[in-house]
Amino acid sequence: MRLRALKAAFPYTIPIFAGFWFLGLAYGIYMNVSGFSFLYPMLMSLTIFGGSLEFVAVTMLLAPFAPLQTLIMTLIIQARHLFYGIAMLDKFKDLDWKKSYIIFGMCDESFSINYSTQIPKDVDKGWFMFWVTLLNHFYWFSGSTIGGLVGSVLNFNTKGLDFVMTAMFVVILLEQLLKESKHYTAVIGILCTVLCRLLFGVDSFMIPTMIAIVLCLTIFRTPIQKAGI
Amino acid sequence: MTITEQIITIVLCILGTMATRFLPFLVFRSNKPTPAYIEYLGKALPAAIFGMLVVYCLKNVSLTGGTHGLPELIAIGATIFLHLYKRQMLLSIAGGTVCYMLLVQFLFV
Repeated sequence: MRLRALKAAFPYTIPIFAGFWFLGLAYGIYMNVSGFSFLYPMLMSLTIFGGSLEFVAVTMLLAPFAPLQTLIMTLIIQARHLFYGIAMLDKFKDLDWKKSYIIFGMCDESFSINYSTQIPKDVDKGWFMFWVTLLNHFYWFSGSTIGGLVGSVLNFNTKGLDFVMTAMFVVILLEQLLKESKHYTAVIGILCTVLCRLLFGVDSFMIPTMIAIVLCLTIFRTPIQKAGI
Repeated sequence: MTITEQIITIVLCILGTMATRFLPFLVFRSNKPTPAYIEYLGKALPAAIFGMLVVYCLKNVSLTGGTHGLPELIAIGATIFLHLYKRQMLLSIAGGTVCYMLLVQFLFV
């Protein structure tokens, strides 16, 4: 049962392997050249497991000690995970001990795969989601650690490889669009994010975006539900 | 920063992250019925989230300067085309990424 779920889960994580190794290496190298031992990216990738925050954390560690600011920054950067939890309430309902780990490791990519994949009937869905999470966690951890060890010695032309994450989210969005008849909520998501990015700038648009999305979904609840969501 | 202060900073990052990941599950326990509004959000949010994540990935693209977002636009177009044509997730992602890498390494340097 476990092996069958692993076999089913692995192909979905291949793009994430490419993306996480690239970003993880970059993150490890960044920590290395900022003067930190490889133990930092190794332990931080293992325990925080959130790419964008870990990059910001380097700046926090280099700045004067400011615990309150650190906590607020963390909550702002990671707030989008609240959405993932709300979307997963139902799917995680019947999970056993694996539930805590799957929630712990619910990064953007794990959430996206676990939410959007039609898991075959003969595959255990708990084990499938567990493997997706564990594999992603391992890719991020190994990439970051290797980056921290080799530092800037590594030099190959991988420019543009980070697009693998964008391409993956484009495909997942496309699959979602092909699955539903009306696209109200996808359009709301795209428009709110674009508008807030233009209005609030690159560093502080995510919280306004989330508020705008929830507001729009609340205001248009009747037509959206009529469309069959 | 001392080692202790570094550890506190990292632990705060961990706790903050875990709070955002676990909170919905702690507030809406599975033994109690979830409010209808939250259930609705759970169903309506994902498509909006995927739209949000695509834009989030492109947040550093500048339409007015640099390459005007052209490589991104072309590569996303290629990804969508490949996916509608073959409907093979890995092929679409790999094709789109290779297309983007070629564009930024050779055409838009």
